[in-house]
Amino acid sequence: MSEANKISVKNLNFHYGNFHALKNISLGIPDNRVTAFIGPSGCGKSTLLRTFNRMYQLYPKQVATGEIILDGENVLDPKQDLNLLRAKVGMVFQKPTPFPMSIYDNIAFGIKLYENLKKTELNDRVEWALQKATLWNEVKDKLDQSGTSLSGGQQQRLCIARGIAVRPEVLLLDEPCSALDPISTARIEELIHELKSDYTIVIVTHNMQQAARVSDYTAYMYLGELIEFGVTDMMFTKPSRRETEDYITGKFG
Amino acid sequence: MIALDQKRYLRRRILNAFNLSISMLTVSFALFFLAWILWTLFSNGLSHIGLSTITQMTPPPGSKGGLLNAIAGSLYMVSMAVLIGTPVGILAGTYLAEFGRSGWLAPTTRFINDILLSAPSIVIGLFVYELVVHRMGHFSGWAGALALALIVLPVVVRTTENMLQLVPNSLREAAAALGAPQWKIVVMVSYRAARAGMLTGILLAVARVSGETAPLLFTALNNQFWSNDLNGPMSSLAVIIFQFAMSPYEDWHHLAWSGALLITLFVLGLNILARSIFRKGSNE
Amino acid sequence: MSEPTLRNTQAVLDILFHNTTRLFAFIVFMLLFGIMVTLTVASIPALQTFGFHFFTSDAWNPVTVEFGALVPIIGTIATSVIAMLIGIPVSFGIALFITELCPPWLKRPLGVAIELLAGIPSIIYGMWGLFVFAPWFADHLEPWINDHLGNLPMIGSLFQGPPMGIGMLTAGFILAIMVIPFIASVMRDVFEIVPSMLKESAYGLGSTTWEVVWNIVLPYTKVGVVGGIMLGLGRALSETMAVTFVIGNAHELSTSLLMPGNTISSALANEFTEAVGDIYSSSLITLGMLLFVITFIVLALAKLLLIQLAAKEGKEA
Repeated sequence: MSEANKISVKNLNFHYGNFHALKNISLGIPDNRVTAFIGPSGCGKSTLLRTFNRMYQLYPKQVATGEIILDGENVLDPKQDLNLLRAKVGMVFQKPTPFPMSIYDNIAFGIKLYENLKKTELNDRVEWALQKATLWNEVKDKLDQSGTSLSGGQQQRLCIARGIAVRPEVLLLDEPCSALDPISTARIEELIHELKSDYTIVIVTHNMQQAARVSDYTAYMYLGELIEFGVTDMMFTKPSRRETEDYITGKFG
Repeated sequence: MIALDQKRYLRRRILNAFNLSISMLTVSFALFFLAWILWTLFSNGLSHIGLSTITQMTPPPGSKGGLLNAIAGSLYMVSMAVLIGTPVGILAGTYLAEFGRSGWLAPTTRFINDILLSAPSIVIGLFVYELVVHRMGHFSGWAGALALALIVLPVVVRTTENMLQLVPNSLREAAAALGAPQWKIVVMVSYRAARAGMLTGILLAVARVSGETAPLLFTALNNQFWSNDLNGPMSSLAVIIFQFAMSPYEDWHHLAWSGALLITLFVLGLNILARSIFRKGSNE
Repeated sequence: MSEPTLRNTQAVLDILFHNTTRLFAFIVFMLLFGIMVTLTVASIPALQTFGFHFFTSDAWNPVTVEFGALVPIIGTIATSVIAMLIGIPVSFGIALFITELCPPWLKRPLGVAIELLAGIPSIIYGMWGLFVFAPWFADHLEPWINDHLGNLPMIGSLFQGPPMGIGMLTAGFILAIMVIPFIASVMRDVFEIVPSMLKESAYGLGSTTWEVVWNIVLPYTKVGVVGGIMLGLGRALSETMAVTFVIGNAHELSTSLLMPGNTISSALANEFTEAVGDIYSSSLITLGMLLFVITFIVLALAKLLLIQLAAKEGKEA
């Protein structure tokens, strides 16, 4: 691949207790592109995603070994400052997770963790994030209402806005549309398209059509192994491995 | 990249480290007092306990003796309390779990039962005093047993209901599909499936009343002598401990500590037993 | 021909069983009203003699037969407030530790330790308080409290007084230790229902553990936390034996928390069997009724809050 890599994964292994969940994964995530991880459930795609911001570390007995280089620094280095890493790598989850506070505070919460902004600057930033997530027009008159009062699709866009408000460089999306209806899903996919010029996006999805629609690169994983990684169009038209073809054509999975 | 405010970030990390250390301190605080109380109990209790503690009667001040009549009184009253409280509790709990899907009685009773569960036990004592002692004109073991039964009752109602609700409906439906009438489904299927949990509830209720003192103060009162007559005042371990500990006599203090150790071991032992039965029952 | 009769017998048995259980549920239901009515009837003599003045008077004189509830009411409130001021933050710290910091192997032993603390009979707390804690408190802590808190503006007088070890502060402190296992275990339970994805979202923005607990977990569970606190308060208000040992049973109004006092339940435990005359015992029963009403309100609120939380959880699941 000729493009610059934002993240380079080298010989990554992951264990849940005795279970070997990721086996010797190596791949590069290109800068300012959308990379999709696909594969049947349990293949390790979410696990891989969660190593990029070391979210797994909240839980005991989960260990990653190998290297994940982000901007020249090894994410897995024990000396890595987790809070700063996570501020740099945003994440959106399977289900919308609005915080128990107002819409405004949901966005401002992350900003206020790291930056000391004046009230007007903060307002501008909140508006910018909501604009970017194409939610501004729907919520601008009810910023003080609870984040949980929004619909599911709006909540998920709120979570994306909250993620980009802290200006991360990488955005991790863990099956962001799995709890949404088709119309909301379409809006999120549009949003991903718009965001990719500014962010490096990694999306985990169980929906192959979605991967084909939104991603530039696709990684196909199976049983903890990376089977194939390449340009999305190539993967879906001329996969080089038989296993990938079987999965994509629906013979299996 | 964000404009990182280093000073703010440092402050946040210090606040985090400080509060998490405080959190660990609060755990040590609680464990410290637990250890202190148990240490006091064991060191005082073990140095005065002996065979005479369980073979001799409570003595007058200044002489040696044991706690036999108090232990016997406690056993009498606690057994009676369980015999009265358990069937009532099980049947009421059965109604809440099996028949309480409609109507006002079940939700209201559930609510009231939860309040009775934490109601001041001394008020239960007052109630029984007014109801029994005042009418009969004298304190009695029966009144004490009744007061304890009223404390057993809500515990049994609660656990019976919870345990019956854990019984899967498919089990009831399977029995109903065989044509079993409802009372048989409850007695033969639900009770049997929930028996470990219900037994746990009864044991926990026994543990709870064994240490109760307040409701006995003005129901069973006390008795310096052997008595197996539930119609008269009756001694109990908890009340004797209270009376002896508050007295100025050294010998009585020693007996109070021995009694305190006995009661605590009994209560904690019952707790452990109840939990192991429950765990075994739910693993089956 | 025998089959229909068999079926009839079963139907009759069904109705019988159903109604028997209903009868016993009704007995539980009536128990609360039984207690209320009995205590109300028994408190009529005192209320007739003293009227509403009973609740505002600090008199307590068996010889002249003058009684008022003010001292035990204040004592009950003061000791419970002390218990809550110490108990709530400590319980929160314990719940935070168990849910966020505790290594998995320690969770169970710690849970057992907290159950132990809850399982120790209250009379043991009382004995330990009287023989061990109160003397230690008098020798080590109270002089310090006198010197350092006694001079504070406004609240200083609360902390002045002879270091006797026996008194409202000691009682409140022991109550705090007794309510900690109850509040801490409710807090732990409600903290554990917070969806891990919600917490991960906050960690994902770069929050520290403290920020996640304070800004996300606590607001998300506030209803349940308040419910747990109310349960603890109910226990503190109604606890009898532990308080009776260490409070000193003095019917005197004092501005100092180091002075002996009284609570409703300790007054009952100390005096009821020795109360001579209808008015004396009726006054004590009125105190008991008051305690029952107060704890009823507190516990009912706790219950309603916890029900509300359970309903919310059910809706989201």
